[in-house]
This record gives sequence, C-alpha cells and structure tokens, in this order.
Amino acid sequence: MSDNLTLPAQQGSTGTSTEPLLEVRGLTKHFPIYGGFPIKRKVGAVQAVDGVDLTVGVGESVGLVGESGCGKSTTGRLITRLLEPTAGTISYLGQDITHASRKQLAPVRSDIQMIFQDPYSSLNPRQTVGTIIKSPMEVNGIEPEGGREKKVRELLELVGLNPEHYNRFPHEFSGGQRQRIGVARALALNPKLIVADEPVSALDVSIQAQVVNLLQEVQQELGIAFLFIAHDLAIVRHFSQRVAVMYLGKVVEVGDRDAIYNRPRHPYTHALLSAVPEVAIDDETEAKERIRLYGDVPSPISPPSGCRFRTRCWKAQDKCASEEPPLLQISGNRDGHLTACHFPEDPTTEARAEDVILDPALKALEKDAADDTGAKPAKD
Amino acid sequence: MTSPTKAEGSGPAVALDPELAATSEVDKPKTLEGRSPGQLMWQRFRRDRTGMICAGVVIFFFVISLCAPLLTAISGTNPYTLYGQDPTYADSPVLDDFGLPLGYLGGVSGDHWFGVEPQYGRDLFAMLMYGMRTSLYMALGVTVLLMATGVIIGLIGGYFGGRTDYWIGRVTDFFLSFPQQLFFIAFMPVVTAFFVDPREETPTYFRAVAILIVLWLLGWMGMARLVRSTVLSLREREFVEAAKVSGASPWRIVRKEILPNVVSPILVQFTYQLPSTILTIAFLSFAGVGFVEPTPDWGKLFAAGAKYAEQDPAFMFFPGVALVIFILCFNLLGDSVRDAFDPKSGR
Repeated sequence: MSDNLTLPAQQGSTGTSTEPLLEVRGLTKHFPIYGGFPIKRKVGAVQAVDGVDLTVGVGESVGLVGESGCGKSTTGRLITRLLEPTAGTISYLGQDITHASRKQLAPVRSDIQMIFQDPYSSLNPRQTVGTIIKSPMEVNGIEPEGGREKKVRELLELVGLNPEHYNRFPHEFSGGQRQRIGVARALALNPKLIVADEPVSALDVSIQAQVVNLLQEVQQELGIAFLFIAHDLAIVRHFSQRVAVMYLGKVVEVGDRDAIYNRPRHPYTHALLSAVPEVAIDDETEAKERIRLYGDVPSPISPPSGCRFRTRCWKAQDKCASEEPPLLQISGNRDGHLTACHFPEDPTTEARAEDVILDPALKALEKDAADDTGAKPAKD
Repeated sequence: MTSPTKAEGSGPAVALDPELAATSEVDKPKTLEGRSPGQLMWQRFRRDRTGMICAGVVIFFFVISLCAPLLTAISGTNPYTLYGQDPTYADSPVLDDFGLPLGYLGGVSGDHWFGVEPQYGRDLFAMLMYGMRTSLYMALGVTVLLMATGVIIGLIGGYFGGRTDYWIGRVTDFFLSFPQQLFFIAFMPVVTAFFVDPREETPTYFRAVAILIVLWLLGWMGMARLVRSTVLSLREREFVEAAKVSGASPWRIVRKEILPNVVSPILVQFTYQLPSTILTIAFLSFAGVGFVEPTPDWGKLFAAGAKYAEQDPAFMFFPGVALVIFILCFNLLGDSVRDAFDPKSGR
C-alpha cells in the first residue's frame, strides 16, 4: 500500500480548477430506521451517503456518476440543503453552510440553485410559466432592471422558448420544453452553482442532446459551476471537466474527464465504462470484452466492511475486507486523479484478454452460446 | 405540398397559403398574452353553460332568502300568523272542519301562493322564504367554518408531518369516534346550559350559535383528513423542493405552491357539505334540539310535511321542489367551478 502512495494529497489540486467554490468534506447522511413495539426505537440507518469529499471550482462542471441507489441524488440534495447532513461540512466560498438555518442561508440561496430530474413534477401545474420563473425572484426580493416580467421573458428566450408563452401553463409543454422552463427558473437568480440532478434522464433521447447542449451553453456563457448528477456516462463525458464516481455512498474515484474515461484505475470505474453499449458498425472491429458484475448493490443499511466494492470485485482479497482504502492519488495517476483502491487496475481501457464475468447464470449462458455456435456448423 | 393546390387555383388553396396561415398564428399569441390566469378561469367558466345557469339559480336562492321580508311584504303574509285559527281572518277561511286546507294543491290561492299548513293555517310561502333564510345562511356559516378549520388543520398536519401530524391525527380520530347524531342531540342542551340559565327561555339567536358550535366541533374532521392526504402527496413533489431551494418560507410554500392544488378537492367537498349541513340542521330541528316553533326553518317544513303526508301530500311539494333544485344546482355549480379552476380541463 505504502509503496503505491506518492502523495498524501487532498483533492482540489487539479491543474485546471481555479479557486474552490464549493467544498464538501466527509459529507454523511444516514436515514434512521425506526422499529419495535410498543416504543419505537432507532434500529438502524440507511447509510445513503457516507463520507463524500468533493470540490467544485468556480465555473467548473463536475460530473457525479454511479448506479441507481448509490447516493448521487442524496448528495445533490444535501448540497442544496434540502436535506440536513448527519455529519461532515459543506462550505460555500469559505462559509460553512452545513447546518445553517433558512434565514442564515438566505444570502447564499440565490447562488446555489437546482435543476430537477422529473420535469412533470418539478413545475407547479396551477401556476403559469411566468409565475414559476418569477417566484424565486420574489422570494429573494430581486428587482431586475425593467421589472421581473421583462427578465422572465429574457430567460425564456435564453433557454430557447417563445417569450410569448409567459402566460401558459406547464401542461401545455412537452417534456423537453418543461425542462427548459426548469432551467430558466434555476437561472432566474443568477446562480454561481447549479446542482443538476439527472436533468435529462426523464427525457426522450432525441431531446436529451438539446437540453444538454443548452446547459453547456449556459455553463460556458454565464460561467456557472455545475454539479452534474447522472448515470449516463456519455452525457457526463460530454458535459463535465471533472468526474467523480460514486459507489454505495462513497466516492471511489475522482479525476478530470480524461483520467476517468481513458485512464481509470478503480475496478468499479472499469466495470462502469465497459458497460457502455457500443454499436459495432462492421464486424471487423474487434468486439470489446466486457466486465459483467454479479448481483445487486449491497444494502446500504449494512454495507460491507472495508472496501464497499469488494463483494462484487474480481480482485478482492482479505485486505479489502479488513481495511478501507483511502481516496488517494496512487502511483501512476496524474495530478488530481484520486482512487480509493488497494489493488488498482492498469490505467487503460484497452480491450482486455477475456471477459470478466462474475454472474454464474450469465457464465452458463455464455458457455451455452459458445457451444451452440460451435455445434451449429457441424449440424449444417 | 402547397404548390400543386395553388397551381390548381381552387378555392381551398387560399386557406393553405403559408403567408395567411403565418399571420393568423401571429395574431393568436398576442391575444393570449394579455390574459391572466384569473381571467382565463373566468372565461372557461363563462363558456360552461350549465355552470352559468346553476350559478344563476344558486344566487337566486340566496337573494330571495335574503329578501324574505320584502317578498312576504308583497304577498302580504307572514310566517307567524295562524290564518286558520286567528279570528281576524275568520271571514276568509283557509281550513275545513278537519283542519285540512281548502282548495287545490294544499290551498293555493291569491292570498296564499304556496298554500297553507294543515291544522294551523300558516302561510307556506312565508314559511318557506323565512325557513330558507335560516337554513341557507346557517348552513353556509357552518360549512365555511368547517372548511376553514379542516383546511388549516389538514395543511398543518400534512405539510409539517412527523410528530405534529401524529398528534393532529390522534385528535382527529378522537373527534371522529363520537357517534355524531347522538352527540348532536346530547351536546345541544349542554352547550346551551353552559351559556344560558336553564330556567330562562333560550333566545333564538343563541340556539343558532349553539347549532353552529356543535356542528363545527363535530364536523371538521372529514375535511382535515382529505386535505392532509392531498398535501402529503403534494409535499413530496419536486416543485415544492424547487421552492425550498429558492429559499421560500413554509408559509409561502403552503400558500402559493400547495393551496392552489388543494382547491378542487376543497370545492368538491364544499358542494357536498353544504346540502348535507342543511339536512343536518333539519334533523336537529326534527329531533327537537335545533330551532323550535315558531322559528321558520326549511328542515322543519319537511318534519311537518312528513306528519301531514297522508292527509295533505301537497304540503311537501313546494319546499321539496325548492330543495331538489337548489341542491342539484349547487352540485353542478361545484363541478363547473372545479373545471374552471383546472387549467387542464381544456375548455
């Protein structure tokens, strides 16, 4: 382990990022579970987020990826203070906002905004588009030049909607248009950081690109930092300068886009990347061998000891069960590329010699298929 | 697509002319732009013919019951005079020897437009007008109080959840466990005795207040539960979270984000609560703990009508028709208002 270690580095030392806008240290959220009769007691906790470290620089866009239920959305909600963190600190521009009350948060509120996943539930069906976009300004007492209504029209135009739609209701719009309204609402307060919680996953594939491009334009033109939560690796790659990979409430690997996508070290990142479907245009291109994980994510109520990925990892050894790997810059990593693994993979995405198949059922299937193809020519 | 039709030079081609279509489209949003949601709502409502007619009928009922003294002045009768027994009116008899009204349809005549009551000979028109006044405005008062209490308690329980919701829920259960009809009868004298010396005559206004209090205390739970359940589901919606992210206070979230979404269940409940309250007040009078003689009351007319049904079925006709029309129109009006409130109803 110690020979792997080159730097006891803290993150944020990425060459590209400037001064940190948002710093998250050891962020933890445990949802208590109550049980027992007749007096209900706390019998356990869902450890949704367990010690997440993250830094978002000014104007930087950070992607947060991981499979369903790994705590991505909870992290986003903790950062926007929709949920109360159990432990850890969130500091915005050096100011600790971990447990700030609504009144204490007021000056920061307009700087941190959120875009939601489901455009059908994130817009109040009884309010017009104008009211929806205007209300954050009303709450924060912002009087833009030329009045709020003019600002709303500008915002509608900015996100690619007709400003005349000011008085329409959300149900008159399609999913993509609704998500644009959501973006306009988030922009109404001129935020410095937007937490986008799977902003395109509820949309049609043909619309996803439009909305992602809109977000990218917004990010580049207005210099807004983004925390982009998604499970679609391609979109994150397109959008983010830096990427953090989460597994079961922890960040297992973080680094700039190139490091994560081309030189991943953590076995889980390898597995995620190999799961991205690829279209084989002609038969000549060599089919990439895949890593197929076995089973579900373990229950966050009682996560595995040591490394949380060890139950599904093909390289797991005794050490992984007893020692939790710290998130460090291991040897062979570039600056700012941190990995939490005792036995990291080679930094490459080249096709591996053979499939890593951990699922016994899949293994059997594959074997049958191989036998079939082998047997068929003989039959004919 | 358009060019072949144009080339043919036929009439319909003009309609397909892209330039014309474009101009008409430009005009449309301009007219839409100036309308606020309230105006749109009013417009949707106005387009609903049933709703407009029912609104007219309901308003008519409230107006005539408010103008009861005026109308009885025109008819020249009042609800308290016993036209059948009072010697002043002996020269124009309204009842026969058996105490039944003379003439057709319960004694309809130029003096007594809706006929008279058997045995006493009181004027039914005057009784109905005054009775409607008591019943409608009592029921309106009770229903508004019930609604307001239920909505406030339901909103608090539903929005804040947790321990608040738990205790509010238990209190609601406690009130729901009362057998309502029995407690109306049992509580009325208690409430009255609480404020008025039992040896004295209870003033009519105080009877009204007592009815109001009892019906209010035992009636808010249904509304509270309905609102609570609606709010529970709304609270988890992302637009509430969006409001929180923008820093809105709980009060503002409840008022601006949640309340507009609870309006339609509230309206539906209101349109069904008001007629049922009229009937409950009638029941109280029937059981002898509500209004007493000689206070005219719509519900009491039915109690009396049931008594006379065998000899004089016509007595129930006018109050009955009035009640059926009123309740039908009130329910239809409720539907129309709800549709008008809903931007998705598409009218």
